[in-house]
Amino acid sequence: MPLIRTLALSLIALILISVSAGAEVREYMLDNGLKVLIIEDHKVPLATFQIWYRIGSREETSGKTGLSHLLEHMMFKGTPKYGSKVFSKIIQRNGGVDNAMTSRDYTMYFQTMSSDRLGLSVELESDRMTNLIMDEKEVLSERDVVKEERRMRYDDDPQNALFEKLIATALMTHPYRRPVIGWMPDISSIRRDDLYRHYKAYYSPDNAFIVIAGDVDPEEILKKIKADFGGINKTTLPDRTITKEPEQRGEKRLYLKKEAEIPSVIMGYHTPSFPHDDSFALDVLSSILSGGKSSRLYRSLIYDKKIAIEAGADYDGMYIDPLLFFFWANAAPEKDINEAEKALQSEINNIRDNPPTEREVQKAKNQIEASFIFSQDSLYRQAMNIGRFEILGGWRLMKDYLDGIRKVTPADVRRVAQKYLTEENRTVGILVPVKSEK
Amino acid sequence: MRSKKWKSTLVSFLLFSICCLPSTEVSALDVKRAVHSNGLTVLHVERHNLPIVIVTLLVKASPLDEAQEKAGLANLTAKLLTEGTNKRKTTEISDETEFIGASLGASVDSDFTAISLSVLKKDVEKGFDLLSDVVLDPIFPEIEISRLKGLIKGGLRQSEEDPSFVAERHFKAAVYGEQPYGRLTRGSTATLDRISREDITRFHSDFYRPGNSIIVVVGDLSEGELSSLIKRFFVGWKPSDHSRKPYEHKSDRTQKTALIDKDITQANIILGHEGIRREDPDYYAASVMNYILGGGGFSSRLMQIVRDEMGLAYSIHSYFSPNKYGGFFGVAVQTKNESANTVISEIIRQMKRISTEPVSEDELRDAKAYLTGSFPRRLETNTKIANFLAAIEFYNLGLNYIEKYPEYINAVTRDDILRAAKKYLDPDRYTLVVVANQSKAAIDIDKKR
Repeated sequence: MPLIRTLALSLIALILISVSAGAEVREYMLDNGLKVLIIEDHKVPLATFQIWYRIGSREETSGKTGLSHLLEHMMFKGTPKYGSKVFSKIIQRNGGVDNAMTSRDYTMYFQTMSSDRLGLSVELESDRMTNLIMDEKEVLSERDVVKEERRMRYDDDPQNALFEKLIATALMTHPYRRPVIGWMPDISSIRRDDLYRHYKAYYSPDNAFIVIAGDVDPEEILKKIKADFGGINKTTLPDRTITKEPEQRGEKRLYLKKEAEIPSVIMGYHTPSFPHDDSFALDVLSSILSGGKSSRLYRSLIYDKKIAIEAGADYDGMYIDPLLFFFWANAAPEKDINEAEKALQSEINNIRDNPPTEREVQKAKNQIEASFIFSQDSLYRQAMNIGRFEILGGWRLMKDYLDGIRKVTPADVRRVAQKYLTEENRTVGILVPVKSEK
Repeated sequence: MRSKKWKSTLVSFLLFSICCLPSTEVSALDVKRAVHSNGLTVLHVERHNLPIVIVTLLVKASPLDEAQEKAGLANLTAKLLTEGTNKRKTTEISDETEFIGASLGASVDSDFTAISLSVLKKDVEKGFDLLSDVVLDPIFPEIEISRLKGLIKGGLRQSEEDPSFVAERHFKAAVYGEQPYGRLTRGSTATLDRISREDITRFHSDFYRPGNSIIVVVGDLSEGELSSLIKRFFVGWKPSDHSRKPYEHKSDRTQKTALIDKDITQANIILGHEGIRREDPDYYAASVMNYILGGGGFSSRLMQIVRDEMGLAYSIHSYFSPNKYGGFFGVAVQTKNESANTVISEIIRQMKRISTEPVSEDELRDAKAYLTGSFPRRLETNTKIANFLAAIEFYNLGLNYIEKYPEYINAVTRDDILRAAKKYLDPDRYTLVVVANQSKAAIDIDKKR
């Protein structure tokens, strides 16, 4: 199920960052405010170049959702120097891969290729930071592409559709309630000028940072970065007041009727994000509930009761502002989704009433630590880990995260469960499958 | 970009000029290969950059080895390995594995089963103990069999929610008919119901044998350490005379159409037909051709035209899925229901074009540069290396494949591509599957043929 895949991936990403394995990060700052973070790793002659812009759907306004994501697409549409649609061709011709992603908090562009070609990334990325053409006709065509992307990812995927609606219901005022890809009518209404304004407002060296991981000579690549990015001026960034989400005072419930095969339930509880003191215990809690086939939810809903074919919990604290702690289950065929919801609730009551065992907490810590170490084998993942912490306030927080996880006790886990997993704080979404009559 | 070549003092094992003479030199992995007295093939690469060990144990067992009426047997057997052994209950297996932050699981594809272990170096003994226990000594308890069947059936049902899954299921069935490659590895509710515990234990005892298996170990482990682990945990694995029967794949190029109606916003289209075997010498010409047509991501013709120029899809790609005994070619795309006919016509136009006009020199050069230049990325992590070596051994590509691959690719000419396109693409006789809101998509079949 795509939703689970999405959640599981984000969980892993979160976990991976949580332990510092001591990869040395070198930090540099250009005069125009562009920060550069470099991790040397000479195991293979490859390198990843990532440029992160501190702009995502968090800064978007009602009626113009999806602006950051569409701009990400337009960044591949050329500059006077390189022309339209050639960015990826150039990278691929050099044996590399490139792509980009937009999240709630950031937009990130990357290339991974032979490390002796990395200067190419510097040239292309510095060029498109300021010189994008953004042709009117190309905007219209790319808008259609994004609409196809939305249809594929959300409109025709029952689980993702439910997930999107759950977040939009759980959050009332904070912009996280809006999907990163944007609502369909908003995507249709985005114009070239909206995009260009967004680009000029947020794509500047002082609103960005670079992360490089791989077989590089830091001094040499830095020289190239200074030469190509050094001449770009900083801008005055727009005022960034983000509406705070008020406390939820009572359960919210929604239903989605859609063509699907089996019913699902998702529950979301408002929780703080990293580096809030409670975020470490919430992460361990999520692992105890959902970290593999020995975890509580698998054992209960899938193995013992056989009322779900998939079930899990996910806490992703890697956001600037608070988001949600999720529980979800997909019913086993012919089983009532209410039973799955009740079983989830009974596991929640259980962890609120009794602290987990020492062994469960230790297992969660071991899983977090091990998956971090495994992730270090990938240059891309190493750079991602650093970047995600940098977005939250600084890559050095990665070490705090490790320390925080190590300190979590069974009593902490129970305490955060009692504090956040309450009925008033909960939003429940149910997917009700309907069959089209054809 | 061409003029400003990035100067670097770094040691680069990949050197090739972008403009002309692509002479690629890839430093080989130091792979040690041994065949033990019980027949088990062992491949080993030492890598000490991280304290981790990755193991892929490939067993030559797949839907090719199961009866059609018991489809799903290979998969069920593989998934049951971790559900109880003589030494450990199912809950103990998962708890012991997860307590050390390791992962252990099996998956089945069209040609083989792969059991994968990821474990920290400090726990490598425990990891090998678990791996050997689940592969050599599973007991297949009745209660776990029926539980797992229930889960697989539920998963099959849920997969029907995914239009691209439904399209692929129909496509493979249409191209391969009743043959093993045409079935889901998970089987169906009806075939799962026919599988008994005895079928599973027999399947396990027939195929899970050292002479029918390849173990690949990559990571922080010396030769001596590995050899003592193999001795302790795998030398007692009993050989058997039983091995996979030779398989005769029948090719079928009848044209078929399947239109599946769903209340969705996009048409999920797959258009294609029989393809090529992995061991076919034309595989490389077909790969380069496919890169240019629709395999080359943002650089491919299909992506540039259907996505970038027409704005009709987020993703469109063509692919050869090459298996041991057969393969298929397909183009897969999602587009709003109303554009389905336009996109199908464009796919056919592009298949015709590449089968009748030679590709340009630039296209050929770029494709070769990517395919050879991206090769080191396929060997970046321990996991990638382990899976790669298992495949090399299974498909008889030779341990010098890493050095040979650039030669194979660079030898491909424009004429080869034209010949491969004529031989392996058929823009007139193909299978077309469209999962869509059919009243909106209004597929015009006659016009397409």
